[in-house]
Amino acid sequence: MSRDTQIREQPKTHEVRIRVNGEERVTEVEARTSLLDWLREAIGLTGTKKGCNEGACGSCTVLVDGRRMNACMILVVQCEGSAVTTVEGLAGPDGELHPVQRAFSACDAYQCGYCTPGQLISAVACIEEGHTGSEEEVREWMSGNLCRCSAYPQITAAVMMAAEELGR
Amino acid sequence: MSSADARTAVGSARTRIEGPLKLTGAARYSMDNLPPGTLYAVLVGATVASGSVVTIDVAEAKAVAGVVSVLTGEDLPPLGPVLEFPGAPVKKPMEGDQIHFEGQAVAIVLAETLEAAEEARPLVSVAYAAEPVVLPGAGERQFLGAPDGDGTVWWPYGQPFARGDSAAALESAPVRFAASYVQPSRHHNPIETSGTLASWDGDRLTLWDSIQASMLLPPMFASVFGIDPADVHVIAPFTGGGFGCKGFWMHQLLAVAAAKAVGRPVKLHLRRGDQYNATGFQPLMTQRVELGADAEGHLQVYRHRVANITGMVETYLEAATEVKALYECPVIDTAQEIERVTVGMPSPMRCPNEGPGLWALESAINELAHEVGIDPLELRLRNYAEKDPLTGRPWSSKKLREAYAEGAELFGWHGRPRGGRRDGNWLIGTGMASAVGGTMRMPGTARVRLRSDGSVLIETDVQDIGTGLQTLLTQIAADEIGVPIDNIDVAWGDSALPTTGPIYGSSTMHTGSAVALACRELRRELAALSSLADPIEAVRAAGVEEVVGERTSQLPGGVEVDHDGGSTGFSMRTFGASFVEVAVDPMLGLVRLRRAVGSYSVGRIINPKTARSQMLGSFAWGWGKATMEASELDPTTARWLSKDLAGVHIPVNADIPGDITINFVDEYDHHASPIGAKGIGEFGSVGIDAAVAEAVFDAVGVRIRELPITPKRLLDALA
Ligand code: FES
Ligand code: FES
Repeated sequence: MSRDTQIREQPKTHEVRIRVNGEERVTEVEARTSLLDWLREAIGLTGTKKGCNEGACGSCTVLVDGRRMNACMILVVQCEGSAVTTVEGLAGPDGELHPVQRAFSACDAYQCGYCTPGQLISAVACIEEGHTGSEEEVREWMSGNLCRCSAYPQITAAVMMAAEELGR
Repeated sequence: MSSADARTAVGSARTRIEGPLKLTGAARYSMDNLPPGTLYAVLVGATVASGSVVTIDVAEAKAVAGVVSVLTGEDLPPLGPVLEFPGAPVKKPMEGDQIHFEGQAVAIVLAETLEAAEEARPLVSVAYAAEPVVLPGAGERQFLGAPDGDGTVWWPYGQPFARGDSAAALESAPVRFAASYVQPSRHHNPIETSGTLASWDGDRLTLWDSIQASMLLPPMFASVFGIDPADVHVIAPFTGGGFGCKGFWMHQLLAVAAAKAVGRPVKLHLRRGDQYNATGFQPLMTQRVELGADAEGHLQVYRHRVANITGMVETYLEAATEVKALYECPVIDTAQEIERVTVGMPSPMRCPNEGPGLWALESAINELAHEVGIDPLELRLRNYAEKDPLTGRPWSSKKLREAYAEGAELFGWHGRPRGGRRDGNWLIGTGMASAVGGTMRMPGTARVRLRSDGSVLIETDVQDIGTGLQTLLTQIAADEIGVPIDNIDVAWGDSALPTTGPIYGSSTMHTGSAVALACRELRRELAALSSLADPIEAVRAAGVEEVVGERTSQLPGGVEVDHDGGSTGFSMRTFGASFVEVAVDPMLGLVRLRRAVGSYSVGRIINPKTARSQMLGSFAWGWGKATMEASELDPTTARWLSKDLAGVHIPVNADIPGDITINFVDEYDHHASPIGAKGIGEFGSVGIDAAVAEAVFDAVGVRIRELPITPKRLLDALA
């Protein structure tokens, strides 16, 4: 059995311009680096969580140019020129909580809190998309975000409450 | 804000105090840490479930840029004894060449980046001598006897119990019913997979760990690495769901050993697929229940046999027969077996013991009611146990009758329409089941400081798995000390704080009780210093910086753990009932939850808001178990078929309707704890499966005795 044991080359890096929570960044990344790993391991924004790393749980949900996306399924190099919002970017500059955050608190829409950053971002998008016509509609459009603590009825109630406050 | 107002803190629907951290991304879970110099670790697991490792070639993996080391068993530091903990494995990892289950760790890749570690992992080349796997049904069966006889039963649960001659009683009973019930293996699937970050500084070890029981780690790593337990510092404030799978497991030991081997911090965040073989599962179980009754449905005999699968070397008993105290019955006969197959070690999972046990018992009770021709709730009332049917002891507190009545009222049980009524393509059915839970108590410890500025700090090493525990502690302290609740803060999640019990299902009992006792001590200290009634005025008048109380909530006899009342002279359990309405589409085999009521007699509720969330979450677990969850083994390789959240179905938001009512009977259990509370967290999930199966029967007239109730099973039964 002869195996080629030459040192595999260090992958090339690429310059990417990306705006995160309003802050412009220029970064050098390998083409294979996911947005999730970059947020968490490179720039220390650990609010966004890794639950599966394969697009199945939604705990890594962020907004990319206003659309909810699984950050584990996007490469940083695909985000050239994009604006990304993570859970750390939801509250106002003075720390005032976003209506969705307040509604989650009021409705106790979380337990361990691990899925919560993804749920919050997804909820912001769900409301923006106009999918809050009924509880049933919210349940359907929030079903990409798993919660094993199963705070689902409270999450649905919180999304409805925030949608109302936001006039949707 | 007078202190008198604050005395109503317990029982009020307080909002979680840790909420802002969780809602802004500031809560730090173990894998959110990154000390300088950290290496990323990825495990290489065995691809065969049985056999031995012949060779491991790490050269190609090591050649990947950024890879610092690839460790095999030989590269690990010498490991001292692994301590035996309840429900935790004991076989040292990466020692010897035998493989006992798929995914058993054989190597660890360490790299400067996660990407490099992931790239190198499949390049570790392992040659195996595979041996035949042992699948469920073909494994060696072992009858389990008294505890500790052979070291395999770690708790008194699941022991054989026999009173009277069950064979004769079954023979002579006017009404007999017998059936077998099956439930599949299922995994915990917390959204956070387990993770350990280990950092050595000489002989001092710092750990950031995803754990429900951080008190296990200092003694464990002191034993394994020959260091002082006081030199093991565990930081674990937030854990992303546990449900029983975040105690001690071998990946934690491997992360620590790897960090020691390379002299750098090591961060091991289990990949989702690896979690399926690393932290246990609820095992496949078959149960047979035989009931004998008189013509009015009074139980005369109850026989229950249980078998669960376990690993080839690691033993786990799922004590499903622990439901035997639910009904009054003169003749009781229960026994359990394990079956050894080539899988990893099973473990407790929300809800162990009674969860599986009630699937069988409560299904059988529903079927018996049908056979006798009386309402299932009425049958249960006819067999109501006024005292513990096993020991004859009085209950410490039991309000199951009230829980039935209030639940039935809220659901509209007595006026429910006949089963099988049509709503479009759907046929509607209703069902109910009882719930009973054991009470496992442990000591807890807490320190409480009242400072001269009026602030209070509670210090205790609990982990936050989402139960709302810290908030409950502030409520207890507010009432005990008599200070406004907003003055109270909690320091938690650090082993430098007072060590307390594990955070499995009853943490409010041990640590809440400890906080209450510490506050009472604090008040005594304070009374010695000042005669002023208001505690804040008193501490100021005393002219001291702070007054401190620290107490451990001891169990009677000073034992480390007691079960179902221990030596109190009382029998201590939790009780409840669930009522469900389902819709079944007989053409497609679909089952949907329409509405439900859970009604519980579980002692005093400290915080109805977080308690409701606990029970709603549990209810969803029950629905998942009833209708969708199953982890299947590949029938040729004994590998789990789906090791991801796409192939394994767990409830999503669309599965769980808003119309679930949670009701707590007003109750205070004076014997269970100094705060009147008992454990509730896992309890809401028990019995739901039996209620759902009954509701399906009510809707379409077929009994499903093997979970989950999938479209395929339903269509097969209806065909
Ligand atoms: S971590 Fe991205 S979807 Fe699960
Ligand atoms: S709050 Fe724990 S997974 Fe959703």
